[in-house]
Amino acid sequence: MSGSRQLRTGIAFILAVMLLALAGPALAPHAPDALVGPTYGAPSSGAPLGYDYLGRDVWSRVLAGGQSIIWMSFSASLLALTIGALLGMAAAYARGRVDQVIVWITDVLMAFPDLILVLLVVSMLGREPWLIVLTVSVAFIPAVARLARGVTMGIVQQEYVEAAWMMGYPWHRILLRELLPNLATPLLVQLGIMLTWAIAMLSGLSFLGYGVAPPAADWGLMINENRAGLLVQPWAVLAPVLLIALFAIGTNLAAEGYGRSKARIDEKQG
Amino acid sequence: MTRLSAVADALPTGDAAPAWHFTLPGWLIWTGGRLLSGLTAILFISAVVFGATQILPSDPARVILGPDAPQASIDTMRHQLGLDRPVAEQYGVWIAKSLKGDLGRSLDSDVPVSQIVSGRLANSLTLMLIVLLVSVPLSFWAGIALALRRDRWIDRTAMSGLIFLKAVPNFIVGIGLIFLLATSVFRILPAVSLLEPGLPAIAQPRYLVLPVLTLILMSFPFLLRLVRAAAIETLEAEYVAAARLRGVPEKRIIWRHVIPNALVPAVQGIALMARILLGGVLIVEVVFSFPGIGTAMNAAIEMRDLPVVQAIALILALAVILINLAADIATVLLSPRLRTARKPRIRPGTRARIRQSAGL
Amino acid sequence: MNIVTFPSSATALLEVRDLHVHLADGTPIVSGISLSVAPGQILGLVGESGSGKSTIGSALLGHVRPGARIVNGSILVEGVDVLSLSGKALQQARGKLIAHVPQDPAATLNPMMRIGGHLHELLEVHEPTLSKAERGERIAAVLSDVGLSASNEFLHRFPHQLSGGQQQRILLALAFLLKPRLIVLDEPTTALDVSTQAQVIQTIASLCKMRQVAAVYVSHDLDIVRHLADTVTVLYAGQIVESASRDTLFAAPAHPYSRGLLAAAPDIFTRHQLAPIPGQAPAPADRPMGCSFGPRCASATPACAAAPPPAKDVAPLHRVACFHPSSGPLVRPEAQVRSGLSASPILLEVNDLSASYGDAPIFTGLRLALPSGRCSALVGESGSGKTTLARALAGLGQHVEGSMRFDGGPLPIDNWQRSMEQRRRIQYIFQNPYRALNPRRTIGQTLTAVIRHFFGLGPKDAERRAAAVLQRVALPSGHLHRYPRDLSGGERQRVAIARALACEPDVLICDEITSALDVSVQAAILDLLRSLQGDGLTVLFVTHDLAVVRAIADNVLVLRHGRIIEQGEVDDVLDAPKENYTRQLMASSRHDAA
Repeated sequence: MSGSRQLRTGIAFILAVMLLALAGPALAPHAPDALVGPTYGAPSSGAPLGYDYLGRDVWSRVLAGGQSIIWMSFSASLLALTIGALLGMAAAYARGRVDQVIVWITDVLMAFPDLILVLLVVSMLGREPWLIVLTVSVAFIPAVARLARGVTMGIVQQEYVEAAWMMGYPWHRILLRELLPNLATPLLVQLGIMLTWAIAMLSGLSFLGYGVAPPAADWGLMINENRAGLLVQPWAVLAPVLLIALFAIGTNLAAEGYGRSKARIDEKQG
Repeated sequence: MTRLSAVADALPTGDAAPAWHFTLPGWLIWTGGRLLSGLTAILFISAVVFGATQILPSDPARVILGPDAPQASIDTMRHQLGLDRPVAEQYGVWIAKSLKGDLGRSLDSDVPVSQIVSGRLANSLTLMLIVLLVSVPLSFWAGIALALRRDRWIDRTAMSGLIFLKAVPNFIVGIGLIFLLATSVFRILPAVSLLEPGLPAIAQPRYLVLPVLTLILMSFPFLLRLVRAAAIETLEAEYVAAARLRGVPEKRIIWRHVIPNALVPAVQGIALMARILLGGVLIVEVVFSFPGIGTAMNAAIEMRDLPVVQAIALILALAVILINLAADIATVLLSPRLRTARKPRIRPGTRARIRQSAGL
Repeated sequence: MNIVTFPSSATALLEVRDLHVHLADGTPIVSGISLSVAPGQILGLVGESGSGKSTIGSALLGHVRPGARIVNGSILVEGVDVLSLSGKALQQARGKLIAHVPQDPAATLNPMMRIGGHLHELLEVHEPTLSKAERGERIAAVLSDVGLSASNEFLHRFPHQLSGGQQQRILLALAFLLKPRLIVLDEPTTALDVSTQAQVIQTIASLCKMRQVAAVYVSHDLDIVRHLADTVTVLYAGQIVESASRDTLFAAPAHPYSRGLLAAAPDIFTRHQLAPIPGQAPAPADRPMGCSFGPRCASATPACAAAPPPAKDVAPLHRVACFHPSSGPLVRPEAQVRSGLSASPILLEVNDLSASYGDAPIFTGLRLALPSGRCSALVGESGSGKTTLARALAGLGQHVEGSMRFDGGPLPIDNWQRSMEQRRRIQYIFQNPYRALNPRRTIGQTLTAVIRHFFGLGPKDAERRAAAVLQRVALPSGHLHRYPRDLSGGERQRVAIARALACEPDVLICDEITSALDVSVQAAILDLLRSLQGDGLTVLFVTHDLAVVRAIADNVLVLRHGRIIEQGEVDDVLDAPKENYTRQLMASSRHDAA
């Protein structure tokens, strides 16, 4: 698959999942927490995906349960991208002590496997969605910061940045016109990669029981709740599994495709 | 294409003539500095872990004695646990004890934490070691094989397949495997890893297959992509082209020129993969109810069993720092330019670039 | 089909006939190439970038880059048909029958492998019957041939622990180790300093004669070829335009392109007018129907556009592919020395400047004065500190101390302490045109930005000025909307100059600005600079190339190890150098050094 085709396919996947999640609540035939059928009831004409462990309609819950993972993964990734890029650029620009301190902090943060960090905070401070978003982004910031730092250090040595500096352009100009446009490609690729990880982490948190609290409808939570019935009513697990997978694959394809199509342009540049 | 091999950024060595007066090699001094910074990081992390548990809204004494216990016995309990002493002193005591291997007692089961953790740690380590022993050679072999067949049908198919594999969250891979091999399609493996407590995990391979398989599937795509990218880069290097024009056989080029040069970024890749695995066991163990540190951590958080949470968080952080340290030292020792430099310096952003080329 | 058969005799060691290399889509990279070289002879294969010279070089070993294919032709080396070989036979021919010396020594040695490892590997592969001791003897012998030590300590070094010259000598040792019959040298000295270059060339020449090896020397540098080759073949756009003996080609070139190249090349002995070749070489896919050089040729006729000219002998041993070859010697008009400049006032002055890299001083107590309206050349080899000095003048210095004066007032060392006026009046042009322009901004955006910054003009006025300044550097105003990636190296360097000119500077500091460019492009840039000087611009031209100094500068400063050892009027210094080092530099540049 070519880079641009990967990018298009990835974006199509993302949009499809987002459309389902956003329009879903309006289309759901039942309230997500209404007990309308038998426990682990098999699919039927009224319930295309059957019933879950309490006898709620799986299709309705699937339609209602996609919003949190989408907005949370996007806001965590975007937040990490912004803060990480600023930190990384500041480190590369300031050098010396500031650089050392920022590198050391990111080193320390990276010493925790992402999930441990999030679990620690969530278990102690609660499972508020904004808190989860914040912690997930903190877990991602070091990687972005290190990337931005490395790339910026490379760009700052380029003669066109030196020329701008020599002319005495104001610093915000150099940042916006010379640095950022050339940082954009690696940062956007990183955004796609982070989205994939955020989806994995957020759904993993729900799965472990630290995400959205029951009885709300949420894809990750649905997987956890209905695992025991995998044998009798696999759809209650498989439907959210497939949607999360589709969303994650979409973000990853988009990141990959974008990176590859840009790499091709940059190669041409010589 | 991001350059992977551009690791070295040493100051010029100047005259390469041997200095006969005795001087420590540059890399040794560098390793010392690196160890020191790792140590401070560990100290800082321990403070953070300890501090974080302090802001926990619940009172451990209350957890032990139950909600109905009278305030007097709670106070006695707090005194016994040392909870009434200043925070800094508590931290000092905690560190001193930890260094002696005394990680405190579990609040939940009143068993020494070290006892709970050590058995679980052995199980998890068994799991991860098997995964590494399979994943690393597999990634190297497949990564180089694909690099040699770059852009052919097999390469393109494999790379697309890997995107799917590395995108899907690990617990979903685990559930998929349960569905496929344990409950619904084939019923050949146990869905739950109920290890016999007395026996070592390695003696019960049936229970290891599914968790190991899940962890392999979630980790090898990253290393494979990295090895492939590094191998492609060296295959395109001018010294490889020059060796071909000198009539060096292709097989020898791969073994003597390509693999040694691709090894440097790959070492960092192995460290990255180990870190992914440490995070991965946490969830995958829960999927299979595998009795390792992941399930222990999960249970401890649920029970608010502070000492256990502290101990496991610290052990994992320690492991990551040691892995990164080992990878950096290996990088310096493996690349002649860094090894012979007066002041070795891994070029800024090297790890970040390696991460991105692995898709992390 | 035009077959240029250069004089071949029964004694020819290399015989190439009608070689064609195409891209996968059928676009020809080189076509109709025929060459022959006798043992002990060196053939110079000359062409500018994109001419296909390196493609031919590696094709002689039966190798083309991925995506390309040898579609036709034969290559005979001592009777062996190289193109019919494959697999193990081809592998054995490479290195043993034909050796290749690549371009960039730092990149072509495996950084993980010791020097001894490289040499032993070659013998292990090609002569597996040798014992370790026998291999050691062979290696010691070849190392002494190329002028290197064969001590254990040396063999244990890694490539990065060698100087550039030593690395290049190792590549020569690798090439001569198996006693091949033919050696292909692909620009082996471009990365080296002038004096090292001269020594390496000396080694190549004597080894080829001594061992009676036939050699093909691929180069863009006419000067080297003039001193090394026995016969010369000139390439343009993938085809041979002229083949002759060295003396014939340099004395009386017949093809307009050969004449153009020679007229564009600066000469160290005399100051002649540099005549750039208008236009640029076509990309492989855009080559015209008729003569490839036609669109740039001053004497082209309609016949030239209709069909490619066949190659024919204009004299014995002299073939030219042109409908109207010139005859007679090439006359290059002398350029006038600018007079009446000796009394110009000092515009930029440096007192007691010091710079260091880490603990190592680059220069201390340096003094320098740039007279107003003149072009001063700063000459030095790598490591002399010339770039550090130039950057310090431009305000880009790091770890620099001392004092500078500009136009009567003090000039701060740090860029941020300089006034807006000072920044505008002193402009600096970088060596590498590929990194000097922001790849994500159009030429227009880059130019209008400086104009608006310094002159506070509105967008409309700024754009008008940008178009005007582009015109001054001879680029069409359509380039305003292009990105740097759409431009050639020479065009990018012109844009960089335009950016400096847009500031209406008084001092222009040019740091090796032509070293990455082809000869004909260099001539155009030097020509442009020459014309700018007419407007009273003060120029500091940093370079390692004495011929360029002769062509462009009024006075010259020779920098060595951070010290200015000699300075004066260009003709005085170059014709009668007082310092030993300057004399050596002159000798190396003329290739008459031992």
